[in-house]
Amino acid sequence: MAQAYSTEGWITADGRKIGPVLMEMKNITLRFGGVKAITDISFDIREGEIRAIIGPNGAGKSSMLNVISGFYVPQEGEVWFRGAKRPPMKPYEVARQGIARTFQNIALFEGMSVLDNIMTGRLTMMETNLAQQALWWGKAAREEEEHRAAVERIIDFLEIQHIRKTPVGRLPYGLKKRVELARALAAEPKLLLLDEPMAGMNVEEKEDMCRFILDVNDEFGTTIALIEHDMGVVMDLSDRVVVMDYGKKIGDGPPDDIRSNKAVIDAYLGVSHE
Amino acid sequence: MSDTILYAMEVTLNGLMAGVLYALVALGFVLIFKASGIFNYAQGVMALFAALTLVGIQNGQIPFSHLINAMFGTQLHHFGWKVPAVLAILLTALVMVGLAILVERYVLKHLVNQEPIILFMATIGLAYFMEGFGDVMWGADIKKLDVGIPQGMSETVDQLTYNLFGYGFFIDTLDIVAAVVAVILVVTLTLFSQYSKQGRALRAVADDHQAALSVGISLRFIWVLTWSIAGFVALVAGIMWGSKSGVQFSLSLIALKALPVLMLGGFTSIPGAIVGGLIIGVGEKLFEFFIGPMIGGATENWFAYVLALLFLVFRPQGLFGDRIIERV
Repeated sequence: MAQAYSTEGWITADGRKIGPVLMEMKNITLRFGGVKAITDISFDIREGEIRAIIGPNGAGKSSMLNVISGFYVPQEGEVWFRGAKRPPMKPYEVARQGIARTFQNIALFEGMSVLDNIMTGRLTMMETNLAQQALWWGKAAREEEEHRAAVERIIDFLEIQHIRKTPVGRLPYGLKKRVELARALAAEPKLLLLDEPMAGMNVEEKEDMCRFILDVNDEFGTTIALIEHDMGVVMDLSDRVVVMDYGKKIGDGPPDDIRSNKAVIDAYLGVSHE
Repeated sequence: MSDTILYAMEVTLNGLMAGVLYALVALGFVLIFKASGIFNYAQGVMALFAALTLVGIQNGQIPFSHLINAMFGTQLHHFGWKVPAVLAILLTALVMVGLAILVERYVLKHLVNQEPIILFMATIGLAYFMEGFGDVMWGADIKKLDVGIPQGMSETVDQLTYNLFGYGFFIDTLDIVAAVVAVILVVTLTLFSQYSKQGRALRAVADDHQAALSVGISLRFIWVLTWSIAGFVALVAGIMWGSKSGVQFSLSLIALKALPVLMLGGFTSIPGAIVGGLIIGVGEKLFEFFIGPMIGGATENWFAYVLALLFLVFRPQGLFGDRIIERV
């Protein structure tokens, strides 16, 4: 996996194409009062890659994801997206730029059906205005149908046809995670952020989720940044890994490099006993 | 058919009509509660404010004329023109949208992520502010509201029932109009919230703020939209109540009658608000008719609250409200 890092990208061992830089974090520092959650971190995410952020509890991984998705505004540093510096933005504006996300503790609309939940993922793509919607005028009906069709494709893709009409509140945890992924996918994002997509799942569910993440990346070419605790999963899935500890970056590179990185082993994997 | 049954039928019909008016006020509460989890104490005052504004615009009254006269010693009262009812209603609706924008900008925006009780207190403040503001703007005298809705006994119902039972029912035409308007309003709102993009966004915001943000919904826009719709519903309620009993400051007290309606129907259900309103309307009229004379009458003042109390004990989520399930 020792590719030559060129600005245009490269072809991975399994034949996927990694493109130029999609998002770049430059010297990000985030403080909560006196507590530094993130200290001077820089890294980039390339088009078409699966980028993992790992680190022990409290390392600042989720904070980093929240910076990318606009939920937190860093005190220092710059966020560059698609070649332009991003001004401070509200989370909903970030979403409209084409960055979708899931949450560590699942944030779904519990009272709504699976179908309706996934449909909300397409809100940013609907073009008819309030008046047309209110009167169900002109494009409104046709637009709804088109988006319904797109959502049905995602439902098929993630194999959740059997729960389409079920209120999300009634679903078990593993399926909720999958619905949340479906909602994020429905937005056809340029960058998909997954905050611990496999936390709290059993082995079987983890395997399913792994497969879906790889398929999404493979079939739609979606760029994915994910946080995950399961080291085996991270090493299998990702093209490149950022390692954080106490809010600082201590490693960055392909999984094989990370495995043998002394600082990472000490801080995160534990000191090796050989 | 015996007279008692006929009277009871007439009383029931009248109760249904009164219930529709309660439901209209309750509807405004439900809309805002669903979208933002706020119990909007100011809903009744919004109806009053809408009615005051409507009458003011219709009669070409100069806003703040009392204040201006007191400050500058002038004698201004009216512009000297009359505005047609339809145009006046449209203008008032615009004023209510403006009010929604102001409320979002100067109240809600600063209270994001606060406890519901804080937001509730804010709406109490808003209620008193609007009551005072309406007073200064349009004056405190009782005004007659007439937007052309026919009033008085409905001849058709009288005729029809006379032919059927040999006894003509007394139903106010205004009540029938109110019922029809309420039905249209509810059907439209339900369709809008179930099938439109904004409706879906509205339900999403009601369910989970964080998730709503993550799919690109602007909370501020949705709040303005909800308060505008609630303002419009308040306007409709204000027109109906105002036409019935004149625009006076006691109008804001009808909000209190909406409380038991909400406890019956559930705070989160639009159909619940309607059914709750009808049950209270019919219930209090029938109770007064049958039981009232035995216990000295005037039961309409407390019947609704006692019924609501019973519901709180046996079915706290109301008839249609979301079941409260606590997962452990």
